[in-house]
Amino acid sequence: MREFGEMFGIPKFLRLGAREWNGRARGIHGASESATPDRGQKKKTLLQFLSDHFRDVQALREYLLQKQLSKSNWKNRSFANIREKYGPDVTGALFILKHGGAVKFQDKEWIRANERGSFPTEFLNFREVPVEAVDASGCTINYQGMSNLLPLKKLRSLSLERCPHVDDWCLGRLHLLAHSLQELSLAGCPQVSERGLACLHHLQNLRRLDISDLPAVSHPGLTQILVEEMLPHCEVLGTEWAQDLKLEPDRQPQDASSPISP
Amino acid sequence: MFRRVLRLGLTPGRQNRGLRTRRGGFTLDWDAKVSDVKQKIECMMPGKQWGMPFDTSYLPPTQSDVVIIGGGILGLSVAFWLKKLESRRGAIRVLVVEQDHTFFFSQYSRASSTGPSVGGIWQQFSVPENVQLSRFSINFLRNINEHLAVVDAPLVDLRFSPSGCLLLASEKDAATLESNVNMQRQEGAKVCLMSPEQLRNKFPWINVEGVALASYGMEDEGWFDAWSLFEGLRRKVQSMGVLLYQGEVTRFITSSSQMETTSGEQVVLKRIHKVHVKINKSLEYQPVECSVVINAAGAWSGKVAELAGIGKGLPGTLQGTKLPVEPRKRYVHLWHCPQGPGLETPLVADINGVYFRREGLGSNYLGGCSPTEEEEPDPTNLEVDHDFFQNKVWPHLIQRVPSFKTLKVKSAWAGYYDYNTFDQNGVVGPHPLVVNMYFATGFSGHGLQHSPGIGRAVAEMVLEGEFKTIDMSPFFFNRFYLEEKLQEYRIL
Ligand SMILES: Cc1cc2nc3c(=O)[nH]c(=O)nc-3n(C[C@H](O)[C@H](O)[C@H](O)COP(=O)(O)OP(=O)(O)OC[C@H]3O[C@@H](n4cnc5c(N)ncnc54)[C@H](O)[C@@H]3O)c2cc1C
Repeated sequence: MREFGEMFGIPKFLRLGAREWNGRARGIHGASESATPDRGQKKKTLLQFLSDHFRDVQALREYLLQKQLSKSNWKNRSFANIREKYGPDVTGALFILKHGGAVKFQDKEWIRANERGSFPTEFLNFREVPVEAVDASGCTINYQGMSNLLPLKKLRSLSLERCPHVDDWCLGRLHLLAHSLQELSLAGCPQVSERGLACLHHLQNLRRLDISDLPAVSHPGLTQILVEEMLPHCEVLGTEWAQDLKLEPDRQPQDASSPISP
Repeated sequence: MFRRVLRLGLTPGRQNRGLRTRRGGFTLDWDAKVSDVKQKIECMMPGKQWGMPFDTSYLPPTQSDVVIIGGGILGLSVAFWLKKLESRRGAIRVLVVEQDHTFFFSQYSRASSTGPSVGGIWQQFSVPENVQLSRFSINFLRNINEHLAVVDAPLVDLRFSPSGCLLLASEKDAATLESNVNMQRQEGAKVCLMSPEQLRNKFPWINVEGVALASYGMEDEGWFDAWSLFEGLRRKVQSMGVLLYQGEVTRFITSSSQMETTSGEQVVLKRIHKVHVKINKSLEYQPVECSVVINAAGAWSGKVAELAGIGKGLPGTLQGTKLPVEPRKRYVHLWHCPQGPGLETPLVADINGVYFRREGLGSNYLGGCSPTEEEEPDPTNLEVDHDFFQNKVWPHLIQRVPSFKTLKVKSAWAGYYDYNTFDQNGVVGPHPLVVNMYFATGFSGHGLQHSPGIGRAVAEMVLEGEFKTIDMSPFFFNRFYLEEKLQEYRIL
């Protein structure tokens, strides 16, 4: 998007012309810029059209970019009214299932959506049963969407594998699960870096952490050592483990074709 | 349009402060139109980038609705919000004047304090408005690419480290810290209080001697790359049509009018009509007609205010009240210490003002301390005094973190705080007498983190005549005259 003011900035030859003119006219300021010839007005229509038209094209591109950026926010909106009615666990489960993930209520089987995106809904009656495991692999959950997971007070195991929008800001919120969380997988998250991993020290009950295949981490080996030091009671799966699995095709990080990922 | 605004603005009084522009009466400048189209065609060509490097081979424009003095993080943020909140695209022309010729190209500018900053962001302030600013800013930073994305340009990566900030308090300050934390929580900050016992459990490397209470930000605190934010803002404002010009503001042309207050007092109201911009490496200057001037000159904003006659009057009067912002030199040292605290290290601010944080992964840390009033170093140069670290910082570091005994200093630099000598807090909003000069300065060590919120507040004041998002009226200039301090419990 280019705007009116910026026109001052570009064509050098025109500005230089103006400069000379100004130099001579110094002292009689005020008369300077208002001296726009009025007769030029009529023959400007073509230029006017081009200018307006091009601006529209640019505005459209800008708009589309914004649209792309805010689309995932809509998908990740907070389910606050559902939470009021059904409680945090059912809400969290519903959110994950809608995103194509899987949930496990305590002493129940895993629930997962089928290919057409539908899932059994009897869990809506599990109001008193807490969710103990969430598999959100590959889901487009982002910072906002995390709000639907964080109230799961009994969540023991969380997999965020290959989630394209999970970033360091999201990891900064996981401390809310510190009391219960024992297993966490961040494998293959394209936006998670060592900066986010550093704040996992809040998760003192963590027993197993998977940080393999993180392309945004600058020194995977060193990072793993530092994370192990930081979480002495936790088994950290990192680089070597990822190398063993390189052969498995479905472990390859998905190409995140989102506008938000770097 | 410009004349209309000027005329509109000339009537004194609060309601008319807002700069509203409307459509119509807009004389189209032929030359400008041609160039506009040309430039657009150029931009549509493949291989052309939006963010063209800016050129200094011409003079600044002779007119601009708003002139922003200072192209630091605050100046750019004000420019961004002015363009973002303008009623219609292209409604107002914004010119940013920056004196430092290295500035728009490199982060190692001599004069600016944006480059050398530590990049910290925290919510643990004692003035509620500062907490609100932090909350606003963190939301802005989190969604940075929704604000600053430019078509065809790479996304902004702020490299935010959500490692939190840990404030330590002695017996004497414990009660203050506790009431501050309660206020911060009310504002929505996720801050927790820790006893020395809890602190020792959480961070075994800390020696808790002398600590009575600690507060620790669990979320939305840490540090980020100031330069990425600066670059992102610069690129965005250029794409929005803001003109960045390199030159120094040396003079204001003002008119004055005698006014009587409701209580019958005589006051002289001034209005700036032209800003003289001295061309770099030349004696030439260009007068720029404008209706609003933003003073975002950082550590030099006191000097810029003086140029407009602020503070030139009898002491004790409003006219004689200076803008109490001046440069204060602050050092940052970077050290290496393999035995140091490790990956979980937050930004720690000790009882006595010494602070440090982790830097990267290679066992590097950086930190420093504000000197006492008597020890203030000479601000005319940016040399680093290594004895200061040796004698005033290191002993305290060892006291708090014994493993820092083995540290080796790797590098050091100095920068200027835009230091408000009155109460170390920011100054925002218009001057009561120079009615079209607005301030965005004096944040003394937390201007970077608050820049998104400050920019918005100033833009709202200019465009709407009142604050809409955060009520920043406690930051008005008037407090210097009324001698009402807006004191922070501790500044880093
Ligand atoms: C060592 C250090 C550490 C810091 N750490 C932090 C931190 O952790 N967190 C945080 O939030 N903040 C921090 N800060 C503070 C922060 O850097 C500043 O508050 C912030 O950069 C101020 O931005 P600014 O735009 O007001 O000033 P600047 O970036 O200084 O911009 C002002 C500009 O105005 C220009 N100028 C001055 N006079 C004129 C004139 N007459 N004409 C034209 N141009 C002029 C100057 O050249 C300068 O570039 C730190 C600062 C320092 C020095």
